[in-house]
Amino acid sequence: MLSRIAESLYWVGRYVERAEDTARILDVHIHHLLEDASVEEDVACRALLGVMGITDASDPVDINRVTERLAFDASNGTSIRGALVAARENARGAQESLSSELWECLNSTYNSLPSQVERAARAGPHAFFSFVKERSAMILGLTEATLSRDDGWRFVVLGRSLERIDMTTRLLMACFGEPCGPSEWVTTLRSCGAHEAFLRTYRRPANASSVAEFLLLDRLFPRSAFHALGVAEECLAALEPRSGRAGLEGKARNILGRARTQLEFRSVGELIAELPRHLDQLQAACAQAGEAVALRFFHHTKAIEWSLEEAVGHT
Amino acid sequence: MGDLLDHYEADSAWDEMFDEAGRPRSAYTVLHQALQTLSEEDFGTRCAARDRAFRDQGITFSLSGEERPFPLDLVPRVIPAGEWSVIEQGVAQRVRALEMFLSDVYSEGQILADGVIPRSLVTTATQFRRPVVGIHPANGVRVHVAGVDLVRGGDGRFYVLEDNLRTPSGISYVIENRRTMARVFPELFTSHRVRQVDSYPARLLEALRAAAPEGVADPTVVVLTPGVHNSAYFEHTFLAGQMGVELVEGRDLVCRENVVFMRSTEGDQRVDVVYRRIDDDYLDPLHFRSNSLIGCPGIVNAARFGNVTIANAMGNGVADDKLVYTYVPDMISYYLHEEPLLPNVGTYRLEDTDQLHYALERLDQLVFKPVDGSGGHGLVIGPAAGEEELARTRDALLSDSRGWVAQEVVQLSTSPTHVGGGLQPRHIDLRPFAVNDGERVWVAPGGLTRVALPEGSLVVNSSQGGGSKDTWVLAPSGSRPARPAEAVHVYVADRPPSPPPDPGPANQAQQQQQEEEVEGPC
Repeated sequence: MLSRIAESLYWVGRYVERAEDTARILDVHIHHLLEDASVEEDVACRALLGVMGITDASDPVDINRVTERLAFDASNGTSIRGALVAARENARGAQESLSSELWECLNSTYNSLPSQVERAARAGPHAFFSFVKERSAMILGLTEATLSRDDGWRFVVLGRSLERIDMTTRLLMACFGEPCGPSEWVTTLRSCGAHEAFLRTYRRPANASSVAEFLLLDRLFPRSAFHALGVAEECLAALEPRSGRAGLEGKARNILGRARTQLEFRSVGELIAELPRHLDQLQAACAQAGEAVALRFFHHTKAIEWSLEEAVGHT
Repeated sequence: MGDLLDHYEADSAWDEMFDEAGRPRSAYTVLHQALQTLSEEDFGTRCAARDRAFRDQGITFSLSGEERPFPLDLVPRVIPAGEWSVIEQGVAQRVRALEMFLSDVYSEGQILADGVIPRSLVTTATQFRRPVVGIHPANGVRVHVAGVDLVRGGDGRFYVLEDNLRTPSGISYVIENRRTMARVFPELFTSHRVRQVDSYPARLLEALRAAAPEGVADPTVVVLTPGVHNSAYFEHTFLAGQMGVELVEGRDLVCRENVVFMRSTEGDQRVDVVYRRIDDDYLDPLHFRSNSLIGCPGIVNAARFGNVTIANAMGNGVADDKLVYTYVPDMISYYLHEEPLLPNVGTYRLEDTDQLHYALERLDQLVFKPVDGSGGHGLVIGPAAGEEELARTRDALLSDSRGWVAQEVVQLSTSPTHVGGGLQPRHIDLRPFAVNDGERVWVAPGGLTRVALPEGSLVVNSSQGGGSKDTWVLAPSGSRPARPAEAVHVYVADRPPSPPPDPGPANQAQQQQQEEEVEGPC
């Protein structure tokens, strides 16, 4: 398939996942913040912005500012709205490779953004977050139901998985950056939609090591870093079948495989002892894998601008 | 400017929001201001959002065959920190005393021997369960969960109306009400410091695990429900889900050689703790009602052998018998050597002929309750009852004076409640929930506030058209509640912030040219 199309599909996957994860995180954290009298609003809000790599100079940072920047700001690719706009923009250039149902879903999501943002102003941000979660579930469902399992589909899934690892890592970083009580662990799990699954697995209240174990290492939960790494690897394996008898050629696959084994063969105790380092490594691996994918598949031709002056200069 | 409170006229009862002069009480000033800015129309929008949320989550109850969203009134009830601390300590004190009473009457019966409580009172109680005598719960706890019904009288004090030590329900609505309020009215929370209630399931699970039979390192806990047709089924699934344990019906359990198992795809799995939401009567057809189809035959013997813990314990009904209730203040001084922090409502023991005659003369001024009832069943409110009902009550009292108590009517406090086109005073009560893990009695900071929706009504039960309110216990001003200490993990204070997410490809220059390149029929 065309590199350009592949790239667009990959970014559709990433942006939609980013919008969904951000909506989940905000929905849970904002309500936690409202409900829990013991949380310092300013500190918690800064941590939330920090998750997305934003440092805010204004003082103090409050909930409204956080929702504005991470949810409604259209000019910012890290906000929910920005991500959905970007996803639709990418899909627009690759419409013919998507199913029309999927394109329509992405487009109608984009079209209803202004009215949804407006509604959120009246009915509270939760309405907006539910909308985003619903639409992304629909997009995911249509991806699974109407796309052939060809390379195009794989690029969507690859993008989604890489983004998922990245977001889970960010979330954990924010949580382990602060002293947390049991209710924060519940919040962390909820932000990944993982609380009920967690309870059914562990059957006891959450604590630091069980949450880290579940979100990083669980083999069955689809939002755990381990699971998402596995899915991404499978996509890459199918995209570039093994040629020789030894070693791997795909750089991205190499990076992800190493990151996975870093997690897989470590005990929770070891992970927790140096969690910040492991999270940093995981996030770095995500970024590198992203670059490697771009390098390998997207073949960026920098738009060449012929410049008369330079041409003259060389003669 | 809003019009919601335009026609609010408090009656003679204590009003939660306004003092006698009609000024908002200090805990309510902020809420009052916020309500003033809302119009009836704004409020209606929020109500619609609330109904949709409840309906979508399946939090409904059926009223004459129709599924209705759970009736949550959107004006919260606020309890300042000082008042709460009295309630919290008072409820915990009561639960401790009742716990000691239960353990006493099901073993030596010291309190009966000392004549503090007549022996006949206990032995004639319908809820006294002989099969329970001699069962010693693993960690000594019989009241794992308690719900104590409180009302605020005209003097502003809280009184205990009744204790519920069997299967008190309502905690799921406490948690769901809070969640829904935070979604529908987020801005109200930003100006208040409301204490959280959602740690309840975790606390309950801890208490249930702590109650496991001795020697079980990793106990299997289950919630036992009568089934989907039970009116409290939502609560059963809620608690099982939030605790991450199996929700079982009687038919999923089997007893062999005094051990309880649940049938699973991986074969029978041993069960150590059963949090049951089934009445004693239906729990075990071998010991209680032999026609029960929803119980587990043999579970009582398994408990006797110490192979399973039943929570709440069987036979707890003897302690929430309405006649035994009149002795709870005596129990508190007998067992704990303390003064009761929460007084009882004035109650007449009808076995005493003087008190019976006094009550019979004032049939239309008192409230009559069957001693072993719960959930408002069989309740007769004198001032509201008709001739015929009063006559029937008179006969009932005369034929079975042990079966009834008479209580003074408490003018329940009122709270602004959304009815029709604005806010009106409606009567409310409060049910806080306590969890006993054997170490301490924890009272969830909040509780179920029930509202009697018909004007002037004093009956708050949801089966009789009652509503509910989110109950806000405020954190003490100036101080933040202590963070729970959990020093397991490393933490690096000065981490650099995460790098921003990959912004993705940008092709603005091309976009511009694509736009310039016009194609089409010229």
